[in-house]
Amino acid sequence: MDEKTKTPLLRLAKRSSFPKPAAWAIRVGSILFALLLGCVAILLTGNSPFKAYATMINGALGSKVYLQQTVKKAVPLLGCALAIAPCFKMRFWNIGAEGQITAGALAATFVARTFTGKLPSLPLLLLMAAGAILGGGLWALIPAFFKAKWNTNETLFTLMMNYIIIGVVAWLQAGPWEAQQGRIAQFDASAQLPKVLGVHCGWIIVLVLVLLVHIYMRHTKQGYEIAVIGDSMRTAQYAGMNVGRIMMRTMFLSGAISGLVGFIIAAGANHTLAKEIAGGVGFTSITVAWLSQLNAFAMIAISMMLGILTKGADTLQTAMSVPAAISDIIIGLLLFCMLGCEFFINYRLILRKKTGKGGAAV
Amino acid sequence: MNALDTVILLLLAAITYGTPLLYGTLGEILTEKSGNLNLGVEGILFMGGAFGLGGVYYLEKFAGTPSGLVAILVALLCAFLAGAAASLIFCFLTTTLRANQNVTGLALAIFGTGVGQFAGEMMRVRAGSYVTVSNELKDFFIASPFPQFLKDIPYLGQLIFGNSWFFYLGVVLAIGMHLFLKKTRKGLYLRAVGENPGTADSAGINVTRYKYLATVIGGGISAIGGVVYIVTTAGCTWNNEGLSGVGWLAVALVIFCLWRPLSALWGSVLFGALMILYMRLQLSFVPTELYKILPYVVTVIVLIISSLRNNKEKQPPASLGLAYFREDR
Amino acid sequence: MDKNCYAIELKGITKRFGPVTANDGIDLGLRRGEILALLGENGSGKTTLMNMLSGIYLPDEGQILADGHTISIRSPKDAYAHGIGMIHQHYKLVDVFTAAENIVLGMEDEKKLDIKKANAKVREICGRYGFDIDPEKKVYDMSVSEKQTVEIVKVLYRGAEILILDEPTAVLTPQETERLFAVLRNMRDDDKAIVMITHKLNEVMAISDKVAVLRKGKYIGTVATAETNPQALTDMMVGRAVTLNIDRPLNQNQTERLRVSGLSCYDHEHVKKLDGVSFTAMGGEILGVAGIAGSGQKELLESIAGLCPIAEGSIRYLAPEGGEDELVGRTPMQIRKKGVSLAFIPEDRLGMGLVGSMGMTGNMMLRSWRRGGGPFVKRKPPRDLANKVLNELEVVTPGIEFPVRKLSGGNVQKVLVGREIASSPTVLMTAYAVRGLDINTSYTIYNLMTEQKMQGTAVIFVGEDLDVLLELCDRILVLCGGRVSGIVDARRATKEEIGLLMTSVGGKEEA
Repeated sequence: MDEKTKTPLLRLAKRSSFPKPAAWAIRVGSILFALLLGCVAILLTGNSPFKAYATMINGALGSKVYLQQTVKKAVPLLGCALAIAPCFKMRFWNIGAEGQITAGALAATFVARTFTGKLPSLPLLLLMAAGAILGGGLWALIPAFFKAKWNTNETLFTLMMNYIIIGVVAWLQAGPWEAQQGRIAQFDASAQLPKVLGVHCGWIIVLVLVLLVHIYMRHTKQGYEIAVIGDSMRTAQYAGMNVGRIMMRTMFLSGAISGLVGFIIAAGANHTLAKEIAGGVGFTSITVAWLSQLNAFAMIAISMMLGILTKGADTLQTAMSVPAAISDIIIGLLLFCMLGCEFFINYRLILRKKTGKGGAAV
Repeated sequence: MNALDTVILLLLAAITYGTPLLYGTLGEILTEKSGNLNLGVEGILFMGGAFGLGGVYYLEKFAGTPSGLVAILVALLCAFLAGAAASLIFCFLTTTLRANQNVTGLALAIFGTGVGQFAGEMMRVRAGSYVTVSNELKDFFIASPFPQFLKDIPYLGQLIFGNSWFFYLGVVLAIGMHLFLKKTRKGLYLRAVGENPGTADSAGINVTRYKYLATVIGGGISAIGGVVYIVTTAGCTWNNEGLSGVGWLAVALVIFCLWRPLSALWGSVLFGALMILYMRLQLSFVPTELYKILPYVVTVIVLIISSLRNNKEKQPPASLGLAYFREDR
Repeated sequence: MDKNCYAIELKGITKRFGPVTANDGIDLGLRRGEILALLGENGSGKTTLMNMLSGIYLPDEGQILADGHTISIRSPKDAYAHGIGMIHQHYKLVDVFTAAENIVLGMEDEKKLDIKKANAKVREICGRYGFDIDPEKKVYDMSVSEKQTVEIVKVLYRGAEILILDEPTAVLTPQETERLFAVLRNMRDDDKAIVMITHKLNEVMAISDKVAVLRKGKYIGTVATAETNPQALTDMMVGRAVTLNIDRPLNQNQTERLRVSGLSCYDHEHVKKLDGVSFTAMGGEILGVAGIAGSGQKELLESIAGLCPIAEGSIRYLAPEGGEDELVGRTPMQIRKKGVSLAFIPEDRLGMGLVGSMGMTGNMMLRSWRRGGGPFVKRKPPRDLANKVLNELEVVTPGIEFPVRKLSGGNVQKVLVGREIASSPTVLMTAYAVRGLDINTSYTIYNLMTEQKMQGTAVIFVGEDLDVLLELCDRILVLCGGRVSGIVDARRATKEEIGLLMTSVGGKEEA
């Protein structure tokens, strides 16, 4: 039989191993490629891409104040990516972080409104954090419960949960909790996170979380259970794990961390609650977590990168009147390129000329 | 009598608000029928809105005011192409490069809203003022294609014949999609791809081709929802505030109507009604803002009930969100 | 059509998968108006051979001739073009479609979809051959036998003249089997060529005109059914007993360890998989479990491990140090907490026994991760164990943190067996422990089993190679259709005796 007719022109084979430096070279290359594509968008505005990128870098890192603002943007992204990691490791597609952040912020605000003036600052903040953890955790537990019990599609469920809680906040904001013009009153100073090095201390909390999540995922029994379930549900059952219970526990944890992020945004950055409090962080952080391969330390780098882009784009808008939406475009391009490049790390393209095994031609 | 008028007015408004949703939902149904869960609908709608408006705006600016039908065609075409291009990115990444569908969809949502907003603002900056079209076109976009005497039929006239071109087009599209999925060979094959790509593949159906076509065309249809919103409800100006959330609502509506194009017809009117109910129907015991979460709440309930009842006819396409690679067979 | 010309002829077909030769120079001819039974044990290469006719695989060597002309079959579509249709064991059907919708799937000949016409054509085919199926019934409402019918009609609808059925009766009740045979006879009378892959002798005798026998990838011969008998066919199928020289010491010190009585269970499609199974397993012996594939071996082991819901019956565990426990109704964790040290080497090594993405250390942890107080896993003991297994079983791997999914089959099995034995089990269950392994690794596994036996472990060894079972085990339990058809002394039993127990007990459960 003619060998040529057997095999398609281009075949794919999974790589058994790929040198780490080469893999990183591909990833860095994909980032550069994305920035190159971003040039097209900048050119459309009639500006020089080179100058634009320089403005962005300068606007994000050029001074202490700029850097502080950049960090402020990266903190919630990082915190929330950490929250996503355990779920995604388990192959539980929780895309409800946006809502879990909001639920946490809502709970924290409730605590702040109830106890301001009755408690000194530190216990108040701790109580707010505890409330946020509980709020976010319970909000995440709902879809997990239905997934464990009746296998209800978690992707769609968690997505819907986002808009329900955001709607609740919108109602509070315009109704029972309204202070003026559809806004909730600013937190009292005692309910605001103190600043360290010019940025609210949320960044310290998140960095501690990086360490904790890393340890949790790599060195604890629960982290091990999550990894096994993510690999094979059957194996987990074989090893005697209660898959449903672990699922609910992990989702509670994930929601709790997101809730804590909500607290950090509310008490640290915004000093109030609004329905836009999550502002897309819950969605962007999913991509951060995924692109970091769920590695807690890599998340620092990627969330910083996105922070720089967002802050830089703000500067670009004021300096060169380029719409700030350019940051979303560049972030989107970055995500596309990085998502796509994993394919070239995991698969090898084989041209048909040197086959010979005559693989299945189905 | 008065109550009846209120109901009719409410329904008319619900249809107006529901029409963008209808397109968003129909497109996503087609996409999901192929097993692709494209969560980027929000971004696609933004792109459709911005490019559709841009198309009409520049057409009018450079070629003078076109006839209404030409304007509609240009708006639809520009929006469709923008959405198709966005979905092509999604499909290339998930089907060919095997990236995770959830993550890619979210990335598209970010990218698409960015592009939409960017384009909308760029137009404004270039024009130096708000970008809008002539009043003739504005009126045409919200006018009904039917003659006045039909609209004058008591009660039902307005309701049946008084809606915009876009609504009737959406109805035709929904019926067409229903017939396509149920009655044609390609529709049958497409459903097979979404249900069980392994079986479809072994039956000789080109799974990749069906996924690409359904996702790209579906994305194009969804994007039309964006421009419909801009030219009917937003008064032909770029309004990202109003458009935000419509895409996610469309994803919810797909679940609510159980992946059926015909159910999307009344589903979109219902969701449209829920979106504006607070303006028309003020009940002292229901806070106005809470009306807005009703669509999501009912969707969650539908989701739970359908998983609980385990009725085989009322499930998502079985391979929804899952990648299909032949060697995994 | 020339009756003497073969409809399809295979000449010198060879197919290799890596180092394993699945088919070795096979010659075979099919004629129209004839039912050919393709007989052989599990792993003898029957399905592989037929998959080359249906376009799933390409042969490495050899020729396929249709009506005397050389053809090449590169895809299922090519196969249909040559009139060849295969009904696989795993049905490929879309659940939410009707029978007719499934049948027309992928057909490109008519442009317009006319489901009414398709329904009519399906009814016509059903009428012609005596099928009983409603074309408008949804697949999810169908029984297994109805689904099979849909698959057969699908092939006929595409105008197949040559039908290959891969173990069609494996999932059918006796009544359904009879109905299928009636249909097959009708198709034969309609001048179709039919191949039925099977290892059930009674069915071969009942339905076929000719029998072709494969053994371990080699073609043994073809005989006319009328001129042969089950005994002769068994001889051809299993061959002369091969001496493997597996060391089999006798453990004098045997104690009762597991007492299983009246065990029944159903799968999620409500098909009875185990039917009143009773036996005892002794500490200090290897109890072999023989049977054709899907006779309830998997369910038996999984019920004991607490992974399969049990409908009736009891499993009593008699601890070596005295005391008795009921295992039915317990989860794997509860069983372990009771102090029952149960080791289980499942058939699906990577999907069930191991975590493919983890290294050896992570996999060793699968049995021990809960040990020790505190929230942290202890990495040192599993790492030590991983090194021990690595050295003692000579696992070839770049390192103990290298993902086991990327290891070769033999090394994967060594990791799994090494871990299970390390827990010094009192009961060790293995399913197809040497499947896909080379000779050396197989012997390593045999020796480990024997070692365990001599230490007093009750070993339950589910196997497919009768030679191995006869030389390795002390007793052999034979399963047939979910029932125990006999328990024999492995030192005295013959291959034929077991072969007949595996196949000739026709009694399967009622639908």
